[in-house]
Amino acid sequence: MSFLTMPNPAAARRLFLGQSGLVLSGAAIALLAGNDALAAKTQGGAATDIQILNTALGAELEAIAAYQLGAESKLLQKPVLDLAVTFQGHHREHADMLAKTVQKLGGKPVAAKAKYDFPVEQLTSQAAVLKFAAKLEQGAVSAYLGAVPLFGNRDLAKAAASILGDEAMHWAVLRQALGEVPVPSAFMA
Amino acid sequence: MRPLAAGMAVAATLAIAAAPAEAADAARGEQLYARCAACHALGSDRVGPRHCGLLGRRAGSVPGFLYTDGMKNSKLIWNEKALDRFLAKPMAVVPGTSMTYDGVLDAQDRADLIAYLRKADAGPECARR
Repeated sequence: MSFLTMPNPAAARRLFLGQSGLVLSGAAIALLAGNDALAAKTQGGAATDIQILNTALGAELEAIAAYQLGAESKLLQKPVLDLAVTFQGHHREHADMLAKTVQKLGGKPVAAKAKYDFPVEQLTSQAAVLKFAAKLEQGAVSAYLGAVPLFGNRDLAKAAASILGDEAMHWAVLRQALGEVPVPSAFMA
Repeated sequence: MRPLAAGMAVAATLAIAAAPAEAADAARGEQLYARCAACHALGSDRVGPRHCGLLGRRAGSVPGFLYTDGMKNSKLIWNEKALDRFLAKPMAVVPGTSMTYDGVLDAQDRADLIAYLRKADAGPECARR
């Protein structure tokens, strides 16, 4: 039966999940957190995969710090503040899983910087903070998009793509909060 | 067509396809620069080094920035040609770089990005730094 011919969206979703066996975020988290075969599957490309993961980890750690700056700025009002804290939590989860995966592959995860150089002089209003966060999230989507094809281990590529999807949702919601068109184009680059 | 001549024709076609079709557009390059924002900023070091002062700079030379050995030892000078090559395939041009990015595949996009970096370097944000 086609996805399109189901009587209602809920039924279609149940069918899709049931047939595909896919709950992407769950699969990605399982992969990153505990697959003992990971290193073996990566084999010769491990050094490159570790570098890709560490670059992503560095960006995630910076995003956590940026959201912290926003949350402590006293510029964000509820419910925007709650949104920022939620998104920061997602970045923490990404960072935690990336770090664990780097370790599992035999690498050393990069650490958070002692200090980040953000344009604090420009962050003078809620809108300015949201624009800055949206810029980081858009960049993150592009960064993951540029990293996905490079992984030697295709399971890692899949996991990175699941993070990409999360960052894209952050970007869209932030744009919506700013009164901008949430999804400005059909494709990302 | 003989095989050699056919190969040369294909190579010539590819070379034409790879070249920017139009003059570089810094305004379009600024829009494309949004792709870089997760890791780069003009005036400050982030996951990647600052871009103010990039053109003409020796690769791996921003004071205090922690580069990979691959970048430090690349001996590249960031002129337009080197940037164009690097942006097209970062990991092929500098093996071991932390810029783990597949590349900006379109030559016009690269030319526009480089035009923006040149313009931004002469602009107020870089003047403040």
